[in-house]
This record gives sequence, structure tokens and C-alpha cells, in this order.
Amino acid sequence: MKKLESSLKNMVFVLTGTTVICVALLAYVNLLTAEPIAKANANILNTALKEVLPAYDNNPVTEADTVFGEKDGKKTVKYIIYPAKNNNKLVGTAVKSESLGFGGELTVLVGFQADGKVYGYSVLSHSETPGLGSKSVSWFKKGSKGDIIGMNPGEKPLIVKKDGGQVDAITAATITSRAFLRAVNSAYEAFKNNGEKPNGMTGATKHVEPSDSISTK
Amino acid sequence: MNNIKVFLNGLIKENPTFVLMLGMCPTLGTTSSAINGMSMGLATMFVLICSNTVISLLKNLIPDMVRIPSFIVVIASFVTLLQMVMQAYVPGLYTTLGIFIPLIVVNCIVLGRAEAFAAKNTPVASFFDGLGMGLGFTIALTLLGALREILGTGKIFGMTLFPENYGMLMFVLAPGAFIVLGFLIAFINSFKKV
Amino acid sequence: MEYILIFISAIFVNNIVLSQFLGICPFLGVSKKIDTAMGMGAAVTFVLTIATIVTFLIQKLVLDAFGLQYLQTITFILVIAALVQMVEIILKKVSPALYQALGVYLPLITTNCCILGVAILVIQKDFNLLTGVVYAFSTALGFALALVVFSGIREQMSLVNVPKGMRGTPIALITAGLLAMAFMGFSGLV
Repeated sequence: MKKLESSLKNMVFVLTGTTVICVALLAYVNLLTAEPIAKANANILNTALKEVLPAYDNNPVTEADTVFGEKDGKKTVKYIIYPAKNNNKLVGTAVKSESLGFGGELTVLVGFQADGKVYGYSVLSHSETPGLGSKSVSWFKKGSKGDIIGMNPGEKPLIVKKDGGQVDAITAATITSRAFLRAVNSAYEAFKNNGEKPNGMTGATKHVEPSDSISTK
Repeated sequence: MNNIKVFLNGLIKENPTFVLMLGMCPTLGTTSSAINGMSMGLATMFVLICSNTVISLLKNLIPDMVRIPSFIVVIASFVTLLQMVMQAYVPGLYTTLGIFIPLIVVNCIVLGRAEAFAAKNTPVASFFDGLGMGLGFTIALTLLGALREILGTGKIFGMTLFPENYGMLMFVLAPGAFIVLGFLIAFINSFKKV
Repeated sequence: MEYILIFISAIFVNNIVLSQFLGICPFLGVSKKIDTAMGMGAAVTFVLTIATIVTFLIQKLVLDAFGLQYLQTITFILVIAALVQMVEIILKKVSPALYQALGVYLPLITTNCCILGVAILVIQKDFNLLTGVVYAFSTALGFALALVVFSGIREQMSLVNVPKGMRGTPIALITAGLLAMAFMGFSGLV
């Protein structure tokens, strides 16, 4: 086959043709993968929720409440509150909260029992230093050095020992530890306020995407 | 037999990382562990094979003057395809590699091979060129990732070789990427002709 | 205040080259002389800022509006490629002096992954237009800073007797590693 010449007609035709075919192909694949992607995203959140909450039989995601805050006059999501119920009785609440860590935003999902004790937590996304701040993923879990499970931020806010508190900070990552505990404490505030005035600044959201902030490291 | 030669050329003689030094950004950015490096390499290999084959099939249909834009469209389509599939079936990995997945588009290896090889050769040869180059890239990234993981955390593919506290954390962080790659290339250079 | 934070963080703490690993190719390629490094730095600053504005508008006005987010990669790269060409043509006509200074570097910029990278990052971080522009501009300055400092070191290095296997890229990479280590000192600043 002879090579097509670089006439204007050919060039426009070929470029448009390639683009149209490619876009059509992508649109088709997008259609095919849209559902698995949504499912995969929901899965991440559901796994995290199962981890931080006592056994429940409702769907916390569909019953979630979003607390909005204001930043530069723009409405932003501040907390997302997931209630967990068993036989229609509230057994725990998970709160997604954020704070500024060492390398950037630190997003944590904290689960509270009905009495306010920390039941579990899961770091959803972070950009802390690998090997130091990134240890926050497991450092504060049961059996680890900085165990916060069972503590109640309502009695006394969680603070690292260095600042006169009760929690062991991650070795060489005090800033991350402080940021993490700040996120837990503010999650508790949201949890408490939510119980008192359920219709305050909250609005029910049907479906909440998990934060898909990327870590660039 | 010619195809095997093309394949080995990409794998060893013109290894994209160690010899041609193309695609440095993902090489350094995603190799904090062996598994990450390998995944990035495989992702690039997929795009490279597909774009090489398709471009070589289309080469007579594309007028010379719009060659590069058409190549870019084809490559970008495969990258987006990969992005969507990864997001759907390996979301964890997708998050870890993050921005470097869409950036395969501007990876010099992909466009470079399209221009230098696929535009002039048969689809079958182009396929093998993509395979060889992609595999060469994957091996380089895995090696770099493995070295950094061992030095930094004492693990390889997540298996502990020695306690983490003896690892030099620096190798997992940004400076380690540059330094390990520098020494690797120096090591390979010293084996080549003097 | 927020803008100052973004500015400092993009230049020093999250330096695009030394901690995010974007734009390594020009970083290693055109860093043998300070002059060329400065030219490249200026060209990148120029294009990166414009490209971010344009891609941002396209994302908000076209892709988001019609639900075509999946075409992001393909659109952005084409827009950037076209933009670089346009900047080149316009510069040639409007300001020959500037074209003389930046001209040779412009074609190299299309494949510089920090342009596409920053364009995508601005969307992912959900910045508004002004914040995005500040971010892009400071990122580019960070790129230029790293490039100029690095080329200064390499100029000195060309006078030094380096072991045979280390010559060229290896020693450059190791120098870049040391520089990255120095920049790590900035982490936690913001």
C-alpha cells in the first residue's frame, strides 16, 4: 500500500478519523468500567468501615451525614459521619476527618463506640514520609506502641506524651502523630455534635465517594 | 529469528533505562519498592506493545506531517484505557502509582519507539520491539525498586530479609532514588567497553 | 497567606524535580551550563503557567460540563502540544528577543512531563483557578531553581577528575541525590 500524501484533505481526514475512533473506543470502555470503578471505590470505604466499627447490619454509606465547613467562602466537606446500627440500635459511629500532617493532608476514618470510646481507625490517605510518618497506618492500633483503642477523647483529648498527653508518638514523626491525634479529636467533636443536633449543619448524602487524593511519593 | 534479535536489542543492547536513559521520571518516582517498580514497568510495557503494534499497522494511513499528533492520540488512548481498567480492578495499585499512570503518555520511550521503530517496521517486528523495550524497562525498574527496598527497609517484595531498624530509610526517600540509579548505571558502564 | 504557603511548599518542600520526580529528563539533559539551564527554566515557567490556565478552563468548561472526564489525558496532552506550538509562533512574531532566548527550548517542552503532571495535579487537588495558577507558577520556579543550582554544580564538576565508570550520567544522578537530600531539609516547613 502506498503511503498517503500530506495534503490538507488527507491530514484533516486522518487526524479527525483517528481521534473519533479513539474517543469512541474510550467512551465504550468507560461505559464498561464505570460500574467496576464505582464498586471498587465503595469497596475501599466498606472495608475500612468494617475495620473500624463493631459488627453492624445496616448500610452506613447510604445513611451517612456530611458536615460542611467553609473555606475561602467555598462550601467544603469537613466530616462525613457514618452511623452503624445493629437491629436498628446504634452500635457505633465512624467519622471521616482530615488534618494537615507533615507532608500534606492526612485523612482518617475513626470509629467510635456509642459511649465515645475509640473502637478502631483506618488511615484512608496520607502523604507522610515513607518509613516514618507512614507508620501512622498501624502505630496507633491495638497492641502497638501508640495504642489509642479504647481511649475516650471526650474525657481527655488525645495528646502525645511529649506535649503532656497520654499517647506514645511515632518515633521521629511527632508532627505526624500530632496531626493524627488532631484528626481523631476533631472526629470525636463531630461525633458528639452529631448526636446532639442531628439536623444542625448536616445534610444527608446518598452516595459518598471516598477521597481519592493521590500520594505523589 | 530476526524478531528475537529485535527483542534482545530492546532488552539488553538498547535498554531504555540503563543505556538510552529514557523515561527517567517514572523510573525514579515509582521505585520505592520492588513491586511498585514492577507494576509501573508492566503498565508501560502494555502501552508500549499496543501503541507500537497499532502505529505500525496504521503507518501507511498517516500522512507524514500529522504523524506525531496521531501517534500521541493513539498512545493517549491506550493510557486512558489502562487507567480505567486499573482503577476498576486494581484500585490500590492505581492509587500508589498515582500521577505516573497518565504520565506514561509523555514517557519518551513510548513516543520514541513509535517514531524510531514502529513507523518504519512491520507490525510483528514492532510488537517484539515493544515487548523487548517494555521488558527491559520493567527489569530495570524492578531491580532499582528491589535495591531500594532492601537497602531502605530490609525487605524484598514485602518479605523481610533483615529487621527494618537496620535499613537506611534514605534509600526509600527521594535522594535514594537518584543515588541508587547513579551507582547502578556506573556499575553497568564499568562492564561495557572502556 | 494561603498563597504564600502554596508558593513556599511548591518551590522548596515539594520541589517538583527533587521530591516529586517530574521533569527529570530536562533536569539531566540541559543542566550542563548555567545559561541553558536558565533559558530552560524560563521557558518552562512561561509555558507551565499558561498551560495550567488553559487546561483548567478546558477541564471545568468542557470535560466536567459534558461528563467527559475520561478524556482528560488525551485532551490535555493535545492541548499542551498545540499550545507549545502556538506560543512558539506568537513569540516569533511578537517578541523576537524573547523568542531568541527561549526558542530552542520550546519544542522540548511538550514531552516534559512536569507540564502534563502539574496540569493533572491542579485538577486532582481541586484548586480554584487562582490557586492553580499560583501553584503552577511556583512549581515552575522550583523547577528553575533546582535546574540552575544543579547546573552550577555540574559546571564545577566538569573540572574534577571523576572515576571512569562514574562519568556522565552516574555522577550527575548522585549529585542530584545529594541535592535532593539538601532539599529534604525543607520538609515540614509548611
